[in-house]
Amino acid sequence: MTGPVLYLDGVSVIFDGFRALNNLSLVVDAGELRAVIGPNGAGKTTMMDVITGKTRPTAGTVRFGDHDLTRMDEARIANLGIGRKFQKPTVFDALTVFENLELALKAPRDPLSCLRWQLAGTARKRIEGVMEEIGLAARAGDPAAILSHGQRQWLEIGMLLMQDPDLLLVDEPVAGMTDQETEHTAALLRRIAGRRSVVVVEHDLEFVRALGSKVTVLHEGTLLSEGSIDTVQNDPRVIEVYLGR
Amino acid sequence: MSDLAIAPAPRGIPARMLVRGTIIGAIGLLSLLPILNQLPEGNVLRISDFTIAVTGKWICYAVLALAIDLAWGYAGILSLGHGAFFALGGYAMGMHLMRLIGPRGVYGHPVLPDFMVFLGYRELPWYWLGFDHFSYAVLMAMLVPGALAFLVGWLSFRSRITGVYFSIITQAMTYALMLAFFRNDMGFGGNNGFTDFKELLGLPLNTQGARAGLFYAALALLAGSLLLCRHIVGTKLGRVLVAVRDAESRVRFLGYSVTAFKLFVFTLSAVLAGLAGALYVPLVGIINPGEFAPGNSIEAVIWVAVGGRGTLVGAIIGAFSVNAVKTWLTSFAPDLWLFVLGGLFVAVTLFLPRGLVGLFQGRTK
Amino acid sequence: MGQPAAHHIMARLILLLMLLLAFLAPASAQDAYLEALPGLAGGFGTQAEAVERLGASGDARALPVLRALSEGQLRKRDVTIILPGGADAATGQPADATGAETVRINNRVRAALRGALGRLQLVSANPDERLAAADSVFRSRSAENIAPLEAAIARETIARVRERQELALAASRLVAPDAQAKHQGIATLGSASSDEARALLLEARAANPELAPEIDGAVSAIDARLTFKRAGETLFQGLSLGSVLLLAALGLAITFGVMGVINMAHGEFVMLGAYTTFVVQEACRGIPWLLPWSLPLSVPAAFLVAGLAGALLERGLIRHLYGRPLETLLMTFGVGMILQQAVRLAFGAQNREVLSPAWMQGTLALPGGINITQNRLWVVVFSLLVLALTFAAIRLTRFGLEMRAVVQNRRTAATMGIRTGRVDALTFAFGSGLAGMAGVALSQIDNVSPNLGTGYIIDSFMVVVFGGVGSLIGTLVGAMGLGVLNKVIEPWAGAVLAKVAVLVLIMLFIQRRPRGLFALKGRAAEA
Repeated sequence: MTGPVLYLDGVSVIFDGFRALNNLSLVVDAGELRAVIGPNGAGKTTMMDVITGKTRPTAGTVRFGDHDLTRMDEARIANLGIGRKFQKPTVFDALTVFENLELALKAPRDPLSCLRWQLAGTARKRIEGVMEEIGLAARAGDPAAILSHGQRQWLEIGMLLMQDPDLLLVDEPVAGMTDQETEHTAALLRRIAGRRSVVVVEHDLEFVRALGSKVTVLHEGTLLSEGSIDTVQNDPRVIEVYLGR
Repeated sequence: MSDLAIAPAPRGIPARMLVRGTIIGAIGLLSLLPILNQLPEGNVLRISDFTIAVTGKWICYAVLALAIDLAWGYAGILSLGHGAFFALGGYAMGMHLMRLIGPRGVYGHPVLPDFMVFLGYRELPWYWLGFDHFSYAVLMAMLVPGALAFLVGWLSFRSRITGVYFSIITQAMTYALMLAFFRNDMGFGGNNGFTDFKELLGLPLNTQGARAGLFYAALALLAGSLLLCRHIVGTKLGRVLVAVRDAESRVRFLGYSVTAFKLFVFTLSAVLAGLAGALYVPLVGIINPGEFAPGNSIEAVIWVAVGGRGTLVGAIIGAFSVNAVKTWLTSFAPDLWLFVLGGLFVAVTLFLPRGLVGLFQGRTK
Repeated sequence: MGQPAAHHIMARLILLLMLLLAFLAPASAQDAYLEALPGLAGGFGTQAEAVERLGASGDARALPVLRALSEGQLRKRDVTIILPGGADAATGQPADATGAETVRINNRVRAALRGALGRLQLVSANPDERLAAADSVFRSRSAENIAPLEAAIARETIARVRERQELALAASRLVAPDAQAKHQGIATLGSASSDEARALLLEARAANPELAPEIDGAVSAIDARLTFKRAGETLFQGLSLGSVLLLAALGLAITFGVMGVINMAHGEFVMLGAYTTFVVQEACRGIPWLLPWSLPLSVPAAFLVAGLAGALLERGLIRHLYGRPLETLLMTFGVGMILQQAVRLAFGAQNREVLSPAWMQGTLALPGGINITQNRLWVVVFSLLVLALTFAAIRLTRFGLEMRAVVQNRRTAATMGIRTGRVDALTFAFGSGLAGMAGVALSQIDNVSPNLGTGYIIDSFMVVVFGGVGSLIGTLVGAMGLGVLNKVIEPWAGAVLAKVAVLVLIMLFIQRRPRGLFALKGRAAEA
């Protein structure tokens, strides 16, 4: 794919007079890894909600390739190739690691197809491959409920790998992780990013620096600054917002 | 406790065998009942007509419980209006049974049921046409509950009405239907409903043979429903349903249309409930708007909770055990029954969230 | 034979004398009565004439005479007319009744009596009788009634009676031969607002084609007022139903809307409130001066009883199920069942009667002919008071502040020293107490029976969902909106189908606004 994968222009979201997003514009290119930072309430999560169809924008354009996302629901957007990882890891507790990944595997998503679904050898191999990748091969038959916090994060990332999206949105992937887990996670994300566009929302500036990507700073629902981590860290407006108080 | 001990795979296979054996055994035992009913009066092993009738009724309740469990236990859709689907199925069969009375009614009208003659109907309302055919009645017993469930489900699920909101809406649905069916001008016999049935499929209803036939039909429906539900639960569809139950929005972000899955299981569940109702009516010989009472639906939900939701066998065990206690208790201490039932609601939700089945599963862990 | 004959001659002489006097003196009402009275002792023709004249006299003394005559209780002894009590009708003094005989009448006299009685009742001492007379004259409508009606109106002191008399006068004028009277009649009827006046005008329109345009104008004026009246009454009935819903739903707006607890036993708390009202009433029976005030006394009593029950339920059971709404729903349903059965065993399954105190009875007539029953009006007022109380409790008290704090952020509230468990219990008790107060009001307009609450629980949830969970204003608008909607649909769909239609409409409405009319938006809505 050439040109921008994700294209937001003049997007506003208003809840009862409160502007969660205010005329936000953002362009993410194919294969790009982008970090989005900003203080609490800057609109990071709302931005993700708008892209994935959870929240409808009050005004503005949201495009993914040739598709207008503003009128689609979450499932359609997901099937277009946009994956999302939540801040709080959400996996299906009652299902095993293997079953979690099986649900995420690219396959027809309608009820009747699921009723007839038979796990083919190639699909099984893919699932096993991803389980190796996220380090959960030994836990294939365990219900997700008994995994540790970090393992759940990786399982969720594994599900995103199974989905094989063109654009991946990741919300604070290392929040609440041990240093070792953080390291493992950063490595996983870098590996994913090589193949597709990734937008990472993060608080942890060290982690963002480790990603080594272009950084977008949001403030009060609008774009404050954009550039390399060093550029934005030296931007007086960013300094004022982050450190000025 | 090591991870391995909790893992379901190693213990799963024998447990499954055990369950399968128990089910087959129980169905075998139940199918003996009508045979024992044939024994001569006075024989120790003889099963009374009453027992046959009551057990047949419970089997229908068990199918209703299965239907509720499929939606609630697996997809997390708690319907407090499944009694309405059950009753609609029952009314469809009741309409057929009324047509079969023919000129044997009190007023002796060749076509119109007694209550229509009494209310001054000149001809059969259009929606009664076709009910003289058994197969049409059975079709309607599935189609009408299914269509209603589809409509209510579609309106609710697409606007993301979930959890208790959906429960209350289904409760309102059955309440509204109850009010409507109580009306004489609806053409369903008002508050008397339908009764005094004569025959079904050429068999007079008050014979031992007919009772046995209905009993076996109910048993077959239960076995069939159980097999169907077990199959569904074992497929990827079943796993998506469980996923919807546990983290609905995550399923959406995986690209599944949650609405479609919920609609599928809710509609299927309503169809099963309708079939159970259709068999229930010839077994008990009456159907009236009281079947739509909101309390009935909630009572059915508690069967599932008592047995253990999310386990199909649990639903059946719950339906049988609660109704056994009810039949036993209402005969000698009717005032006590509502206290016991109310107490069951409290006790199960507080102390036994996984039901009776959970008691045994808990021990294996 | 001599004696009676002499009497007869004497009587004739007196009669002649009286007639003479009548000619000589200007005819006054009293004279007319005395003049006409002896005629009742004559032949049927004379009797009828006398009845007419008595009727026209407008004399209050004539009424008991004619009534006795029509009931066959009047006796005569020569020309002396003797009333049932034995008094001489002319003098009012006890009369010699030896040899008196009952006055017989025929159909012609009876016909005369009907009209005369109607006219005379117009001047009865009893206002209710005068009112009934005006209505009967209105229905019989004859030009002869005009004069007595005019006389009666001149004397009438009570406005509502005069109003009816004027209508009757208009109706009589409508059938008068003279055109001027007709015009007057049409004008008066046109300013009335009843179906009867409308029917009269249409009847007159057929009889007097030349007056058609004038009558049409009057009819359309009536129609406009009737429409207004019906709209007004429908609105009031709707508001009345709405206030019942509001009362039942306010508690839910707290326990469900604010705390997020699904309490299916809420209806049973309403029922407990109604039974508390009954118990308080029975307790007051021993103290006669207190009895009329048992209802106001019941309000705090019901609040306490239901509130206590709520606190016990929350601390004992519900708090173990926080975060599990479906289980809470089922559990509280069971609690409701137990409460119902307990009350059924304690008080019996039959309805218990709660009396309305005198100051709540009767009907209130508003301008425009809108009639509203007092007790329903009280329920409306009471519901608004309870709403104000709820609002004040949440917005103005320390308890309300702590409640809102716990709802918004339990952990932060706890770190600030708020005992969240206590706040939960109090909040739930408050919501349940509101249900108890609803029960007091419902005892006035519904049967007090163990399953009183089940009829309201679904409606109440609908109100809260429709209005928007967590919004008191939403609950108010939702309750009143649903109440009025129900009553607007009712006339052409019937009560049951109206209910069904409202349920369907709510479902469709939720399609457009899944979070209700007054929805919380943004992050607050995610919780």
